[in-house]
Amino acid sequence: MATVELRFSALPEHVRTARLVAAAVARRAGADEAVLDEVRLAVGEACSRAVGLHQSSGVTAPVKVALIEEEKQFSIEVGDEAPHAVAGGDTPGTAQDGETDVEEDEMGLAVISGLVDDVEVTTGPNGGLIRMTWPTTPPATALV
Amino acid sequence: MDLSLSTETIGDRTVVRVGGEIDVYTAPKLREQLVELVNDGSFHLVVDMESVDFLDSTGLGVLVGGLKRVRAHEGSLRLVCNQERILKIFRITGLTKVFPIHTSVEEAVQATD
Repeated sequence: MATVELRFSALPEHVRTARLVAAAVARRAGADEAVLDEVRLAVGEACSRAVGLHQSSGVTAPVKVALIEEEKQFSIEVGDEAPHAVAGGDTPGTAQDGETDVEEDEMGLAVISGLVDDVEVTTGPNGGLIRMTWPTTPPATALV
Repeated sequence: MDLSLSTETIGDRTVVRVGGEIDVYTAPKLREQLVELVNDGSFHLVVDMESVDFLDSTGLGVLVGGLKRVRAHEGSLRLVCNQERILKIFRITGLTKVFPIHTSVEEAVQATD
């Protein structure tokens, strides 16, 4: 089970809450101070993307965030329930707004991939999941 | 306080001072401000980001949109930023090549190219 799980209505105003919670849990898990900025930004990007996907697809389900503390690493999973288009299956002549959404979606993913070394993006017809992992520093007392 | 905005005219430049967090929730306010300035005829903008605590890709999108608008009027959009955590986002997205980024408002106001 995740250390902390968060579900929030797909509204932009709740993304900040997800960022704050993620940073707090990451800090407790022993993530380096410099990594906390990355965590904050990456979670914000993943949640903004999920909110956008839910809103554009009319999905009323909440966005899910799982913060998982493991030995020597800290992972965050952001899940959406929006139906994702199959790669290469884009319909020609998409509306202007649709193109903007796709561009913003890609920008968010570009930021995540630029920030996080260990990131997995999986998508399917019933939703998508972004899993990001950071190493954590073991407590100093572990040194013999 | 999520996002604070104020504007000041210095010569032919309009300085937009932004403070707080620019994210998916607050970015529309910044977009409105930039659109309003361009609609009112301010085509040379300096966005001072020294008091910005957080910036995400939605904010970047708004800045790129602002740049597009002022360029349509042969204008300019310059940024003022010294914060490493914010500059990093411009670097990883390659936007340091798109925006002139200055270290002070004075420098941005005086810059000509």
